[in-house]
Order: sequence, then C-alpha cells, then structure tokens
Amino acid sequence: MASGTSLPLEYSTKQNEMNILGFWIFLGAEIVLFSTLFAGYAVLEHNTAGGPAGSDIFIMKDVMIQTFLLLTSSFTCSLAIHQMRNNNLKGLITWLLITMALGLGFLYMEINEFIHYVHEGATMQTSAFLSAFFTLLGTHGAHVTLGIGWLTLLIIQLVKRGITPVTARKTFIISLYWHFLDVVWIFIFTFVYLKGLM
Amino acid sequence: MSLDQILVTGDPMILASQIAILITMIALIVGISYFKKWKYLWSEWFTTVDHKKIGIMYILAGVIMFFRGGVDGLMMKAQTSRPNMEFLDAQHYDEIFTTHGVIMILFMAMPLLIGIMNVVIPLQIGARDVAFPKLNALSFWTFFVGAMLFNISFVIGGSPDAGWTSYFPLAGKEFTPGVGNNYYAISLQIAGIGTLATGINFIVTILKMRAPGMTLMKMPMFTWTSLVTSVIIVAAFPILTVALAFMTLDRLFGTHFFTVAGGGDPMLWLNLFWLWGHPEVYIVVLPAFGMFSEVISTFSRKNLYGYSSMVISIVGIAFLSMLVWVHHFYTMGNSAAVNSVFSITTMAIAIPTGVKIFNWLFTMRKGRIQFSTAMLWSLAFIPCFTIGGVTGVMLAMAAADYQYHNTMFLVAHFHYVLIPGVVFAVFAGLYYWWPKMFGFKLNEKIGKWHFWLFVIGFNLTFMPMFFVGLDGMTRRMYTYSEGLGWEAWLGVSAVGSLIMAAGFAALCYNIYWSFRFASREVGNDPWDARTLEWTMASPAPHYNFAVVPEVDSIDPLWKMKKKGIKAFTKKDLKPIHMPSNSGIPIIMGIAFGIVGFFLVFEWFTLAAIWSLGIIGGLIANSFDYDDGYYVPVDEITKTEGLDDTERKWKGDQ
Amino acid sequence: MEKTNKIFPGKMVFGFFLSIVMTVLAAIVFYTDFTSSVKLWIIGALAIFQAGVQLIMFMHMNEGKSGMINTINIVYSVFIAAVIVAGSIWILSTGHAAHY
Ligand code: HEM
Ligand SMILES: [Cu+2]
Repeated sequence: MASGTSLPLEYSTKQNEMNILGFWIFLGAEIVLFSTLFAGYAVLEHNTAGGPAGSDIFIMKDVMIQTFLLLTSSFTCSLAIHQMRNNNLKGLITWLLITMALGLGFLYMEINEFIHYVHEGATMQTSAFLSAFFTLLGTHGAHVTLGIGWLTLLIIQLVKRGITPVTARKTFIISLYWHFLDVVWIFIFTFVYLKGLM
Repeated sequence: MSLDQILVTGDPMILASQIAILITMIALIVGISYFKKWKYLWSEWFTTVDHKKIGIMYILAGVIMFFRGGVDGLMMKAQTSRPNMEFLDAQHYDEIFTTHGVIMILFMAMPLLIGIMNVVIPLQIGARDVAFPKLNALSFWTFFVGAMLFNISFVIGGSPDAGWTSYFPLAGKEFTPGVGNNYYAISLQIAGIGTLATGINFIVTILKMRAPGMTLMKMPMFTWTSLVTSVIIVAAFPILTVALAFMTLDRLFGTHFFTVAGGGDPMLWLNLFWLWGHPEVYIVVLPAFGMFSEVISTFSRKNLYGYSSMVISIVGIAFLSMLVWVHHFYTMGNSAAVNSVFSITTMAIAIPTGVKIFNWLFTMRKGRIQFSTAMLWSLAFIPCFTIGGVTGVMLAMAAADYQYHNTMFLVAHFHYVLIPGVVFAVFAGLYYWWPKMFGFKLNEKIGKWHFWLFVIGFNLTFMPMFFVGLDGMTRRMYTYSEGLGWEAWLGVSAVGSLIMAAGFAALCYNIYWSFRFASREVGNDPWDARTLEWTMASPAPHYNFAVVPEVDSIDPLWKMKKKGIKAFTKKDLKPIHMPSNSGIPIIMGIAFGIVGFFLVFEWFTLAAIWSLGIIGGLIANSFDYDDGYYVPVDEITKTEGLDDTERKWKGDQ
Repeated sequence: MEKTNKIFPGKMVFGFFLSIVMTVLAAIVFYTDFTSSVKLWIIGALAIFQAGVQLIMFMHMNEGKSGMINTINIVYSVFIAAVIVAGSIWILSTGHAAHY
C-alpha cells in the first residue's frame, strides 16, 4: 500500500492520502461557507439601525493582540508538523500544546471582547450589522473552540500511540484546519476590523 | 406546552394521517419483533457501511418521499380542478405546496440520485467501496433524519407554509409565527450536512479509487456527471448552510438578517437562497444526464457520440451554473446592468445543454436500438426536456420575464425540466441497474404500463399550465373564479395528475411483482452492456470485484467481450480488505434528529443536552482505530464459483 | 520536494516573518492618510498575499500526489468565494434594491 518513498509518513497509505485530499476539499467548502458569511456581513455592514457602528466599538489594540496570538499559533503549529516529520514525538507534543495555549489565549480575548460589546449595548439583536458581525466572528470562534477540543483528543492519542501513519495523518489534517482558521482571521482582521475602524 | 399545542388538531384529514402514522409505526414495530428481524436490520442495514446497501436505503427513502410529495401534488390538483373548490382552505393549500416542493427536490430527487450514485459509482470505476464508508453512512442517516423531521411537521406543530423558497419577510417570525418554518430551517440544515459529506466523499472516490488504466477521459459518463455534481455540491451547499443559519438565527434568536426594522435585508435571503438554489437544479439534473448517456449507449449498441464534447459541456454547465442565480429574481428591482449580465449567462447555459441533446441523438443514429423500458424513458426524456429548456430560454430574457415570473408558465417550465430530467432518469436508472442491486429484472411489461401512464399523465398535467400561465394565472393560487377560461385547462391537468399517479402505482406493483415472481437467472450482464459494473455477479458480491480489473477504454466490458478476454483464475485472488460496520453514524444521526426537534420547538436546554450525543459520537469516532477486516481467499473462491481454474466473463453463466 | 531531515525549520520561520511583516504593514497603512478606498485595496492585497503564504509555506498545499488537485480545488473555491462576495454586493447595492 505504500505510495512513495520520498513523501512524509502522513501520506504513506492510500487511505491517508484520500483523507488528506478529502480534508482539502472540505476546506474548499469552508472557504465557500466563510465567504457567504462575509458576503452577508458586507451587505449589512452599514445597517446599524441606530445602534453602534464598528468604529464605535472596535478596539485596535485588542484586535492586534488577537491577530498576533493567532498568527503565532499558526507558526507554532507548523513547527509541530516539522517536528513530526523529524520523528520527534516530544517536540511535536510540546509545540501542539503551545499552539493550543495560544488558541486559548485568543479565545479568552474574543470572549472578553464580546462581553464588553454586550455591556455597551451591542448585541446580536441590536441591528443587522451586529447580527452579521457576531455570526461571522462567532462561527470563526466556534471553529477555534472545536479545534482546541480536537487537538486535545489528538494529543491523547499521540501520547498513547506515538507517531504512526494514522496519528501522523490526523495531526497533519488538524494542522491544515488550524492554518485555515488563521487565513480566515486575516480576512476578518482586514475586512471587518480595519475596514470598520476606517 | 401541552400536548394539544404540539399536536396539530382540528382537521379531519390530518387526524386521519395521525392515526394512519400511528398504526403504521405500531405495525412495523410489532411486525419486526414478531419476525425477530431487529438483529438482522441492525447488523445488516442500520450499521452497514456498504455503499450498495446505503444506496438501496437511499432509494427506498426516496421512493417513500416520492409518495408523500405525490400525495401533496394530487391534493393541490384536486383543489384547483374546478373553480371555487372548497377541498382545501388557503392555509392548508400553502402548507401543501411548501412541503411538496421541499420534499420533491431535497427528499425525493436528491436521495434517489445519490442512492443510484452510491450503488453504481464504485462498481463503475472498479473500487471496493467509497473513499470514506463510515462518513457515507453518516450522510445517509443525517439525510434520513432530516427528511423524517421535516415530514412529521404536519402532524406535530404544523407544516411550514411559506413555499419551498421561503422568502422573507413572509418566512420571518413576524408573519409566520408558528414552528412550521423552524422545521424548514432545521431539517434542511441537518440533511444538508449529509449532502455536503456525500459530495466530498464522491469527489475523493472518483479521483482516487479508479481501476488502474481508467484515466479521467476513460471514465464512464455517469461517473463523470457524478464527479461534476459532487463538485457543485461542495461549492453550493455551504451557501445553503449559511442562509439557513441566518434564517434560524432570525427566527429563534431575534437577529435581523432579513428583518427590515433592524436594518436587515429580505433580498439577501433571495440572493443567498438562489446562489444555492440554481446550482441545486444542476446538481439534480447532471447525474440524470449521466444515466441517460449510459442507457442510450447500451441500448443503441454504440459508444457515446462525442465523448469529449460531452465532458466539456458538463464542466461548462457546472461552471455556468454558479453564475446565473439572479434569473430567479429579475423582478426584484435590480439595476439594468445586473439583469442584463445574468440574462446573458443564463442563455449561455442552453448551449452546452443543447450540445448534449445532439450527442444523444447522434449516439442513437444508425444504432440498433432496443426498446427496453429503460431506453423508453430516455427517448421520452429528449423531447420533453427540450420543451423545458426552450421555455427556460424564454424565461431567461429579463424583460420578458416580468410577464412570466411567478405564473403557472414558470411552474410548467421547471416541471418540464425536473420531471423528464430527474424522474425519468431515475426510472431509467432503476430499470437499468435493478438487476445489479437485487439479482432480478423489473418486469418489462408492467414497465411499459408504468412508462406510458406516467409520460402521458405528465404531459397532460403540465402542458396546460403553460397556457393558463400565459393567460395570467399566477402560481400558488389556491382558488379562482369561474369564467376566466381556465377551467378546461385545469380540469385536464387534474385528470393528467391522476394518470401520472396510476403510473407510479404501476411502478410499485412492478416492484412487488418482480420481487415475488421475476426470474433470478439474469447473469452478470443482462443488457449486454459496456461498463465494469456488469462484469460481476448480480447482485454484486459485498466486496464488489474479486480482482480489480485493468482498463484501457471507455467501454472496458464491451472491449473484453469483443476480444474474448481471459478471465481471472483462482491464482489471481488475494484477501480483500473491507471496512467494518459501525453504529456511530446511526446514533449520531438520531442525536441530530433529537437536537433538531428540540430546536424546532425552541427548547434550548434539552437541545444542548442532546447535542452532547453528537459530540460524543465525534469523540467515539476519533478514538475508533478499527481498521476493517479481510475477506479470505476461500470465501472469494466460493462466492465466485471458482473451484476449478477456469472462469468466463459474463453473459455465459 | 521534501526536506524531512532538516533540523532548522527555515521555511516556516520565513513564512512567519512574512506574515508578521504584512500584518504590521496593514496596520501602518491603516494609520496613513490615503483615502479609505486606496487603503482598502492595499490591505486587501496584503490579506490575499498573506493567505497565499499560509497555504504554501505552512499548509504545503502543492505537496503529495494530490498537490495539483489541491491547487485546483483551492483556486476554484476562491473563485466561487469571489463570485459570492462581489456578486452579492453588486446585486444588493445597485438598482432599486438599494433604496427599499
Ligand atoms: C436551458 C436551461 C434553462 C434555462 C435557460 C432556465 C431558466 C430559468 C429561469 C429564467 C427561471 C426563473 C423564471 C422566473 O422565476 O420567472 C427558471 C426557474 C426554474 N428553473 Fe430553469 N432554466 C433552465 C433549466 C433548468 C433545469 C435543467 C432545471 C432543473 C432540473 C430548472 C429548474 C428550475 C426551477 C426549479 C425553477 C423555479 C424555481 C421556483 O421559482 O420555485 N431549470 N429557469
Ligand atoms: Cu435557475
């Protein structure tokens, strides 16, 4: 079943290769999903119905911190894969834990941000703009949360089984997912926050 | 909430349905227990990951849904058969056209096509199963649970009633306060997850699991169309997911995506709905094109004319299908530029479609045509679908569409594309592949009854709609006054629908008859066909191919038969790796259904508790390292009847 | 294409460096005095470029036997994304729809 000698372990079986391809296609669907959320946001962005606009509530400093947390976690996640490809289990798990910690930090910031908005009277029910804003950001945040849960399960399996073709594949797939969330964030950072603050 | 707020009461027809549903359920449970079939059902069907069995379950569900949607249709036709009829009131009529539309597109057309894809695609490309068998089972169960959730709405809580398109503001909480439209939003969401997974599954299956030698341009046409349909699914279904999520949030949590008062935009719903909705019509019609291609080529005894132009036009259709959605709302008040651009893209889609029609005609030209039932459906498809396509081009002109839009003319158009395009295809496919699924053919004589009744009934039902439409009758009218000149047309239409129903009854009788009496001696290749699925026994053994074949043409079996290729012998057999059954998909499916039900009634705590079931399923799946099992050579030898060393290819068993 | 035994993850560090630079650049552009639409074009381009960096440097998009399929898949998805976003904005912000 081996399908090539020069490729890393996660591609070593036909089933692995198919899982990875399947996940890429799933990411294609995710691109469409998020772009639809962005489209909804872009259409409704100015409809504040007397409620606060983006420039009234967004805080540049917090957004920058969130961005750097997520960017860095994407980097540490790629280091984890690098360790995996060097067959270094300890390095792999360490970097995954760091990635997870950064993800948690991001989530902490985001939840605080939402609480803050709600206290300022900016809820999902206030206006179409805020409905779209919270839905877009919430979907991204829910993805990050899911990613953290998934990472936890994966780390347990890595500790139990070490780096095998199956765990390597799972780790690689989760890394794709994690980087993808960073990509989505870049667009949120640009087209929601920076644009909203302009 | 008390019980009579949950159950729909006060309408004798609904009461009768409630009783009928209850009796059927009890009868099923008692029957299965009496015959001690629970264990068999659980281990052979409910937990199966075999693509053929999953396909058969899809088909069964699709046929049942066809019945439900058909009854809705007949009730509408009865109500409009005479002016001022008082069979249904306005509310009831609204509910019925809504459930009819949703069920026919999402719970009849989709599962029947996906079911046939499931059965056929792995066999056609020489694969052991799909790429992700367990995910495939999950797709089925989420579809099934979504369909059931939608179907109970009319007895528990109330039907959705804002049309299958559920336009805002009508579909919003303000104008439709009951739970009916929650059913719409949530059951479609659940079923949609399954469809998306199916799309991914089939793309990977087709791209990665083809037999050696089968390059992309040597794939059978049905495989090609299924691949392209899967691509459209992946591109379009996430849009529906988001649109439905917006709808759910608006209805359940008071957000303002579509409510004007909070700054929302009802037209955003139309925009998103059709961004999914138009590709969806091509999702259902493309696999149908593929089936016709197989059937026409087999029964004309010729290879498909213009294979590569066929492929190019499918890909062209897929590409264009994402670029035409505005033609569903030209009258929304778009700028002239928007309407013009989308008029042009819409008309452009007729070009690749026309190419395909000519390819089928040229395939038949000078062929030795055999008028089997499957072929009859394909022959009837061509003129009927052409009428649908030509009227589509009429609708495509934005300026003219101000006249046609939302009249019965439009209704006639889409029935003329969807019924020949999808329903005829499914019938053709069922007659054609039935032996491969069950090991016997459907009766050809009853099949002819089925065919003639259905085709005549179809034309009688829908042809008059063009004329009343041009005469000003709008769609979704539950009644009309005398003297408008519509009585005769609508009377004929109602009679036609009864004839069509008789055709469907003939199909059901045919299935019953053939199960009991049809000859089991069909051999591997009853139609003298051309592709790989006919190289193995009928019904197909659970591992599909004893030895994965090598392929060097579009019609591998035909080539083998012509050249008298040597078969494989016992020496070629190796143990076959197969996936194990799993209970996780059905359990997750049920959890989805329960969560969905609680969400419909806005009982959020219960929904949250039960969603732990879904999460639990995901966790269990993550820790599931079951790697399948091997079918031993002995078993294959026995199944294939290879006790001696010789074996012939099909036809001559 | 592989450098499995390389110890120093040069490609990743470089990718990280690029994404930091582009994020900072976006922030700087944000504080300049260009008109909003110019700024939007610039930061939009930066976002797209940064997404490309992630896809290629971190996600190894074109690696493996299916690299070609992956690339086509992503390009196609991005095309659909553009159609959805640009189309929706165009349709819903011109014509009568804009003045309901
Ligand atoms: C030649 C190709 C086609 C063209 C040019 C075309 C054009 C159109 C247009 C312009 C409309 C909107 C009319 C209006 O609302 O006033 C429409 C509606 C529709 N078409 Fe087609 N069409 C084509 C093929 C198909 C096919 C192949 C299918 C499905 C298999 C299909 C299914 C539908 C449906 C379901 C609707 C109406 C949905 C609704 O409003 O409830 N069409 N078509
Ligand atoms: Cu359309």
